Amino acid sequence: MTGAVAGRAGRARTRGAAPAGRGRTRLLRWSPLAPATVLLLLFLAGPICYCVCLAFTDTQLTGQESASFVGLANFRQAFGDPAFRNAVALTLVFTVVSALLGQNTLGLALAGLMRRASRPVRTLTGATVICAWVLPEIVAGFVLYTFFARRGTLNALLEQLHLPPQNWLFTLPILAVSFANVWRGTAFSMLIYSAALAEIPQEVTESAEVDGAHGLRRLWHITLPMIRRSIGTNLMLNTLQTLSVFGLIWAMTRGGPGNRSETLPVFMYDQAFLKSLIGYGTAVALLLLLVGAVFSAVWLRLMREEV
Amino acid sequence: MPLPRRPRAVLRPAALRRAPRRSTRHRLAADAGLLAVAAAFALPLVWLVLSSLDTEATLRVRLPAAPSLRNFSAVLTDEITFTPMLNSLLICGGATLLTVVCAALAAYPLSRHRSRFSRPYLLTILFATCLPVTAVMVPVYALFVRVDLVDTRYGTALFLATAQLPFAIWLMKNFMDGVPKVLEEAAWTDGASWTQTLLRVILPLMGPGVAVVAVYTFLMMWGNFFVPFMLLLSPEQLPASVSILTFFGNYGAVAFGELAAFSILYSTPVLVLYLLVSRRLGGGFALGGAVKG
Repeated sequence: MTGAVAGRAGRARTRGAAPAGRGRTRLLRWSPLAPATVLLLLFLAGPICYCVCLAFTDTQLTGQESASFVGLANFRQAFGDPAFRNAVALTLVFTVVSALLGQNTLGLALAGLMRRASRPVRTLTGATVICAWVLPEIVAGFVLYTFFARRGTLNALLEQLHLPPQNWLFTLPILAVSFANVWRGTAFSMLIYSAALAEIPQEVTESAEVDGAHGLRRLWHITLPMIRRSIGTNLMLNTLQTLSVFGLIWAMTRGGPGNRSETLPVFMYDQAFLKSLIGYGTAVALLLLLVGAVFSAVWLRLMREEV
Repeated sequence: MPLPRRPRAVLRPAALRRAPRRSTRHRLAADAGLLAVAAAFALPLVWLVLSSLDTEATLRVRLPAAPSLRNFSAVLTDEITFTPMLNSLLICGGATLLTVVCAALAAYPLSRHRSRFSRPYLLTILFATCLPVTAVMVPVYALFVRVDLVDTRYGTALFLATAQLPFAIWLMKNFMDGVPKVLEEAAWTDGASWTQTLLRVILPLMGPGVAVVAVYTFLMMWGNFFVPFMLLLSPEQLPASVSILTFFGNYGAVAFGELAAFSILYSTPVLVLYLLVSRRLGGGFALGGAVKG
């Protein structure tokens, strides 16, 4: 509010100073926005518009001239395509398991435990988890490939415990990549929740303790309601990030075996480039973009008061 | 411990007696839980470090029989390491520079002037930060083929810069909001133009903020795999994030030791940069600005 008042006062002053060149002053004043806006229009808005156009054509990688308008054919093809439905189902599994259940819950648990743990343990855990997050995506992919591989570390551990080893990347590839994404993304949730928990006033926690709310009841009735905005933000950002994971899956399984870990981004890449159906691949991309846009819009509503 | 507000003082002695024991128990339980998670998270990282020192590394964690740096010396050639790293540096460095300059310029009017149009602009920016960039890559490729930008390093850098721009503007604007207006008004009174004010007054005052934006942008680009994977084709232009695939390319036995050594070389700059910035500004440096506005 005070900012708005100050802004109005500032404008009134310039108005008084130079009534004639007001339009030019305003133009000059907003001119620094130009480079960023041009870049965004050319390389972000441009491709999105192009995406909308391409999605209704039968463009292929070879022979651009033959492309023609085909209406909704690509979308009809997508919804009738078992491979597409498979990709949607796998994307849902991947998102729910890794973003909603994995990263979110583990992140909250870690943040909660860290408030109670002793300092060295807290530092050590934080450093390890954040290290997994900062590592480049493709390196994380390779490292986790070796972890889940048939002759990899996880099976070595299971053998030590006299449990039967599994070929994780073959029997349950989607779970393997989901766990990989949990490994990579938990730090983000942990940082958000650490910040949120630190902001809960001490008195609230203490009076809850005094009133006899312990453990789960305190978590459910006091802690979670107080950090609900952070939970919303975290869920949205995790989901959006998980929807666009490509390198991790590509490095670990390339969508295989068969198409059993082929989430939408991998499916899109496969159709557009390996099968050369740019039009169809773009239609899939447009659907993915729409889902992302819906989540973004919801997140924006959550953030609205803060802009 | 402040006094309880309700008349339950009768309970206090018992609670006090129990409290230290319970809190120790809680702390031990929390420590144990955290250590278990930390161990699970650390295992893959341990593999990375041990294998890079092991010339006969396999897929599982094991102590090298004869630790040596031979993997590193095998990888440190022009073709395997130096060219891809230089490409990464050119692409990400150039793109970061472009992003930071554009973001600083754009943040200035957004932070300082009010108008009908700044709020919708900011909302659009915030909306764009969340769009899955992966999804636009197919049309971007098709577009780049048309305008002949495909397989050029500057084309890739331009797209990377744009993809990071919304978040950079948002972050920069929030940092700029923290710089008091008084100093700026003093500069205006002395007859400084807006460029001088921005360059000489505001940006120096928000030095750490600019550093955070630059480092965060660079980190994101350095780790980005999909964009250069799609937009660059010729091997001599590939950055390290894509050239790493060649370790797997020739379907024979993968030299895991060398792969690990290369991964470490490729990850080190990012880890060092992250450490430098987070030390200075506390753990969740970028998130504070990004998420809470």
